[in-house]
Amino acid sequence: MSQTTARFINIGERTNVSGSAKFKRLIVREDYEAALAVAREQVESGAQIIDINMDDGLLDGEMAMTKFLNLIAAEPDISRVPIMIDSSRWDVLYAGLQCIQGKGVVNSISMKEGEAEFLEKSRIIRQFGAAAVVMAFDETGQADTEDRKVEICTRAYHLLVEDGFPPEDIIFDPNIFAVATGLPEHDNYGLDFINAIRRIKQDLPHARVSGGLSNLSFSFRGNEPVRRAMHSVFLFHAIKAGLDMAIVNAGQLDIYDDIDPELRKAAEDVILNRNAEASEALLELAEKYRGGAVTGTASRRDLSWRKAKVGERLKHALVRGITEFIVEDTEEARRASEKPLHVIEGPLMDGMNAVGDLFGAGKMFLPQVVKSARVMKAAVAHLLPYLEKEKQLAGLADMSNGKILMATVKGDVHDIGKNIVGVVLQCNGYDIIDLGVMVPCETILKTAIEENVDAIGLSGLITPSLEEMIHIASEMQRGGWDKPLLIGGATTSPTHTAVKIEPAYSGGSTTYVSDASRAVGVVRTLLSDTDRVPFEKQTREDYARIRQSHKRGHSAKPRIRLEAARSRAMKINWAGYTPPRPKTNQALVFDNWRLEDLVPFIDWTPFFASWDIKGRYPQILDNPIVGAEARQLLADGKKMLEQLVAERWLQPRAVIDFWPANSVGDDIVLWADEARDEQRAVFHTLRQQMPKDTGKPNFALSDFVAPQETGLHDWIGGFVVSAGHGEGERAERFRKANDDYSSIMLKSLADRLAEALAEALHAKVRRELWGYANQEHLTNVEMIQEKYHGIRPAPGYPSQPDHTEKRTLFELLDAQNRIGVALTESCAMTPPASVSGLYFSHPESVYFAVGKIEKDQVEDYAKRKNIELAEAERWLAPILSYNR
Amino acid sequence: MNHQQRLAAFEAKLQSGIGVIDGAMGTSIQLLKLQEEDFRGTRLVDWPSSIKGNNDLLNLTKPEAIRQIHQDFLAAGADLIETNTFNATSISQADYGLQELAPEIAAAGAKLAREVADQWEADHPDRPALVGGAMGPLSKTLSLSPRVEDPGFREVDFEQVRTAYFDQAKAMIENVDFLIIETVFDTLNAKAAIVAVQDVMTQTGMVRPVIISGTITDGSGRTLSGQTTEAFWISIAHAKPWAVGLNCALGAKEMRPHIADLSRIANCRIIAFPNAGLPNAFGEYDETPQTTSDHLSEWARGGLVNLVGGCCGTTDHHVAAIVSAVEGLVPRPIPKSNPALRLSGLEPFVLGA
Repeated sequence: MSQTTARFINIGERTNVSGSAKFKRLIVREDYEAALAVAREQVESGAQIIDINMDDGLLDGEMAMTKFLNLIAAEPDISRVPIMIDSSRWDVLYAGLQCIQGKGVVNSISMKEGEAEFLEKSRIIRQFGAAAVVMAFDETGQADTEDRKVEICTRAYHLLVEDGFPPEDIIFDPNIFAVATGLPEHDNYGLDFINAIRRIKQDLPHARVSGGLSNLSFSFRGNEPVRRAMHSVFLFHAIKAGLDMAIVNAGQLDIYDDIDPELRKAAEDVILNRNAEASEALLELAEKYRGGAVTGTASRRDLSWRKAKVGERLKHALVRGITEFIVEDTEEARRASEKPLHVIEGPLMDGMNAVGDLFGAGKMFLPQVVKSARVMKAAVAHLLPYLEKEKQLAGLADMSNGKILMATVKGDVHDIGKNIVGVVLQCNGYDIIDLGVMVPCETILKTAIEENVDAIGLSGLITPSLEEMIHIASEMQRGGWDKPLLIGGATTSPTHTAVKIEPAYSGGSTTYVSDASRAVGVVRTLLSDTDRVPFEKQTREDYARIRQSHKRGHSAKPRIRLEAARSRAMKINWAGYTPPRPKTNQALVFDNWRLEDLVPFIDWTPFFASWDIKGRYPQILDNPIVGAEARQLLADGKKMLEQLVAERWLQPRAVIDFWPANSVGDDIVLWADEARDEQRAVFHTLRQQMPKDTGKPNFALSDFVAPQETGLHDWIGGFVVSAGHGEGERAERFRKANDDYSSIMLKSLADRLAEALAEALHAKVRRELWGYANQEHLTNVEMIQEKYHGIRPAPGYPSQPDHTEKRTLFELLDAQNRIGVALTESCAMTPPASVSGLYFSHPESVYFAVGKIEKDQVEDYAKRKNIELAEAERWLAPILSYNR
Repeated sequence: MNHQQRLAAFEAKLQSGIGVIDGAMGTSIQLLKLQEEDFRGTRLVDWPSSIKGNNDLLNLTKPEAIRQIHQDFLAAGADLIETNTFNATSISQADYGLQELAPEIAAAGAKLAREVADQWEADHPDRPALVGGAMGPLSKTLSLSPRVEDPGFREVDFEQVRTAYFDQAKAMIENVDFLIIETVFDTLNAKAAIVAVQDVMTQTGMVRPVIISGTITDGSGRTLSGQTTEAFWISIAHAKPWAVGLNCALGAKEMRPHIADLSRIANCRIIAFPNAGLPNAFGEYDETPQTTSDHLSEWARGGLVNLVGGCCGTTDHHVAAIVSAVEGLVPRPIPKSNPALRLSGLEPFVLGA
């Protein structure tokens, strides 16, 4: 039509039981699938709003309205347009309002039962966020004349607007009545309506006007060409007058200019009441069109896809979620296929794959995918009897390929992916036991046993589900399971599966399934007698590789701000505490420590680790896999140790000192002397920034030293020890003799001896030199387990990862001159078999790992150390929680 | 400071600046790695099923942890903190069998946030601390069927959802400055929440501004229930929200076009609190405060927003970075919208004037 119609709204009327006998029949028979097809057809034909009406004596209106609106919500093709809830009964309207997420229109309310009730309903509509159709109807009846229409609408408008109802959400329906009824008082109804529109639009700002068109031509029931002509003509003039929308069958309107001019003129005369004989004339003319061919365009619905090949049609139906033709198309495909299964494996799976791709690319959204799954089910349901028959023919009573339990784990409600996988697996002949969402571990395992399933599939979308999956895997391990475990869902990943889940379940196999299309292949393989073992082996290897590369990778963890971390510093209660005073006030050098005295202090566990044999000593010696190797290694090591001690291959050396110290913030200030007014040096410490549970402190080493403001005279100590003097030359001798084994053995023994020296020296410090633990009596094992007070953390290790702090320590101890241990430019100690560190005496001091730190701390640290940020970042690179 | 004074002060600030809402409660709690015992506290020691992960329950069983999180966000510079009541409704708590406790959990969450905020205001008289009562999306949804084969089926009905939200809002209203209907992935649930909130205000006589924040779930640019951003706005505009916005699901980078859409059409303040990027392979959020705040300050400079903050994965660290990044930037002017008949299904429908 012309430009004036550009802003005109077609409201679909076919989903109205009082206007469509077909729709009513479908609803009464509860054939909702076909009823939805009616709605879809309307939208496809251009309806911009769909009117839904369930007013019929045969129907429970509330129930039918709720049911149909809920079904429409699952049909994005339909629910993309706004909905007009149409009923003469308020309870049905109210039920409808509770089912639509969009802003719809309530059709209708009026002042029929008085102003109070009218306003009350309008307030509810406003609270639900809908627009309202207001009928020109008051306490005395329906408005028929132009003046009555305008009068009632004006009164309703002011009532509503003054009550706060947005004027733009008011749509008036000034009643379209039948014309050409033979009663002269009806002749002006068309014109009354059209004229009323003009005045309403002019007088009542922002309000809209609508009307139900079918009444108009009531007298010509059965004569479609005349009715269509009347509707088109009426709309043509009403729209020019300001009609905004009308409930029409959008597929059955003729274009004004295309109407037979004779018929058009006769209809126009009637609608505009141009003369007293107009009705008679149209009635007469109507006979000519009765039973005549329907003019105008046929249904505008696009069915061109039906012309494609059956495979394409199936795909189209799956992607678009159209069940209407699925059975006939599936049947056609089945007839053309050698086996019914080929239909599933061929066109149907192709369609599902297309759905998966579109969903993944964000081109389809959830409800559509659910619909596609439904289409798939319909297709498979059709094929099922044929599949069954084929199985029987082949002599297989049980057609199930296997039984799979599926569940969305506890704490998670997301199950679309799982459902799709379930559907696809079912389509491939697997029995699916779907436990739904929020399924606790116990239920999953219990059901799996009861049902004797072949595999378990877990799904989850939210983060905590990952933890739950690990839990289930470990429970399966604990219970001695060996069934395959499948992992899927949006937050899951091959990496998480490989790193966290698979290691928890070594009794069986764990496989990450990226999407539904992959699920079939994976399940088929895992349930196959022949393919399972090689597949699981391959998966294990793949995951081991992922773990390796993950280990190397960098994974950022959330950190708390430095300020927040400092407010969570360990708060030692210094009141009433007297720091122990060291028994010496000068540096002490030890260069004649007896090697044989160090042997009992050796911690052998790291010795094995250095040979890539992981495990605790002495249990490792009895390990079924590496035990024999470990014993051999230890025997070799002890043999060399004996010789080493006897022949004095190495010369242990050590230097220690103590300094008056106090903490100042995260720093430890060393004073020149007891007066504590002149700084000698500063140790800078780093504070943990990982989020911790309430009450658990974010440590820095400075926490263990009395803060300056306490006025306490605290101390710290420092040490450097080495067992490396003599090692280099001898190791080189072995290497030259092509005895790498002995060369490495020597190095590893020297390392152990350096550590043993540090341990022995620390004991001496505690008991004698600092003397705060002179009652301490610990076994060597207890000592290795650090069951003593005080710590000796080393720069470059977890409690203080910054190696450069060693420079301060080495300078203070003059380690190079006193015991011949130097630092390389990268702060490595040479000779390598050396250990250095600080001594802290407070009984609450503990070892900790600083972990990753945030930029705010690095900036602060650089400032404190008076170095460039970039330099600080370089030294702290391994512990930065951000990318430089 | 009472509610009116606090709100007036905040609105005055927003005349010339960008407001900051706090970061994530849920992921902040997750970081604490609390165990089953922590969730049980002394009160639910003998509860027959597992309640680990029921974060809102901590309001009763481990309030000090929640207080600390609120304190950290205020210290980082947030103007508005959200109560730990995302799931404090009978429907969501029913997942743990704790539906009876829902109102108590909600009330406790509002009260403890208020206490922290009051203490903050006592210590910092120049910085009003506003509390928003968080109302999450529920674990059951009105627009979607949980059963593939029965799309007409619903686990709950509107009245159940409205009642659940009503009880939640009523338990909180006294102690909050805003009611925040957030992480809306099904607009029909949000509409029930709107009805509930209005009913509570009518019944108690306490009026609080409402903030509504939707969630665009993925690249499709739609809510989980299928609406576009504009359709979502049209569907909830009748609530006359004090601010409308988007949160969760997306990082700032992915959220930008949708916030831009909303900013163009909504005639109220715009609030945006995206996740710290998209989750990595471990479901963790690793976008740095720098990155998040860079995005948000760019939005502010582009005149898209009035309030910003963070959702999943954002820490006080992020909030501090956001605060300094938007400092001194001017807020989006609130546009007037012409009266027009605006309707929506999954997509918007506007009848031109």
